[in-house]
Amino acid sequence: MHELAVTQSVLDLAIRHAEQAQSEKITDLYLVIGELSSFVDDAIQFYWDIIVKGTLAEGSQLHIRRIPAELECLDCGVRFSFSMENYICPECESIRLKIAAGEEFLLEAIEVEP
Amino acid sequence: MVKRISVVENIFSANDRLAAENRAMLDQNGVFSLNLMASPGAGKTSLIEHTVTSLAGLFQLAVIDGDIATSLDADRAAAAGAVAIQINTGGDCHLDAVMLNQALVKLNMENIDLLIVENVGNLICPASFQLGTHKNVLIASIPEGDDKPYKYPSMYKGVDALVINKIDLLPYVDFNMNYFREGINILNPAVEIFPLSCRSHEGLDAWLNWIQNIIQPQEQPD
Repeated sequence: MHELAVTQSVLDLAIRHAEQAQSEKITDLYLVIGELSSFVDDAIQFYWDIIVKGTLAEGSQLHIRRIPAELECLDCGVRFSFSMENYICPECESIRLKIAAGEEFLLEAIEVEP
Repeated sequence: MVKRISVVENIFSANDRLAAENRAMLDQNGVFSLNLMASPGAGKTSLIEHTVTSLAGLFQLAVIDGDIATSLDADRAAAAGAVAIQINTGGDCHLDAVMLNQALVKLNMENIDLLIVENVGNLICPASFQLGTHKNVLIASIPEGDDKPYKYPSMYKGVDALVINKIDLLPYVDFNMNYFREGINILNPAVEIFPLSCRSHEGLDAWLNWIQNIIQPQEQPD
């Protein structure tokens, strides 16, 4: 949900960086989205195609890299991949865990032409 | 000639930046704040009414209410004795830091001790939008069922306190408290839990004491 708002945020951020670099065209954008994030890739692409028209990013390609979810044990420090079956530390069986990866939503890089 | 520009910026940074500003404003004015979230009908407004009625003699309370329509909830908070501001979100399903910021500037914060923000009734979206409040609180209610922590992990994981309301209905509804608590333990073992009933008043004292102890910490004996 809310893909339109976040897609707009991606566009605003990308344009800001492109303008700082004095570029006139954005060709590619690289998004990193964690597995636990609730955003749907297709919905982002759908809105992206609409909102880039008439902007520096028109015709640009979105690349989305998904990061798998990982937990870290607060007691022994072990990191392991998360699933609803895997919610106890495999090393010390503690349930005191934190999410170490999988909640990301960032714009990693853009590629521009002068 | 294509050039690569490294960005590495969080997309939520705009909301998070404003949430940090909101927190700074609240801290500057000595206001302790809660973000109250729940499904529609779980008892957010009832809990606010009871909290305001009980604490209005000790502290200055303000309530900021988020809804897509009406001022029904802000009216109830005002009737109970709080300074109340209603935000009509215009269809948005959650409050965000921008909306809270706009309401905070209308509040005379110097005179406020406790601010309760009542979020839009929704178990999904508010979990993604930090407001800048000191604590996030979820109200679960018995009739909603015992599987909600499993089905809504983001919300259950992201809160500092969990109120379990309508415990007076336990004899009449299928609700396995052990199963419910196990789901919470998996996601959020440190969460403070307050089983209570706004209707029968059972368990309300523990909730009120928790709030009081944060606003006015009890002195530790030497």
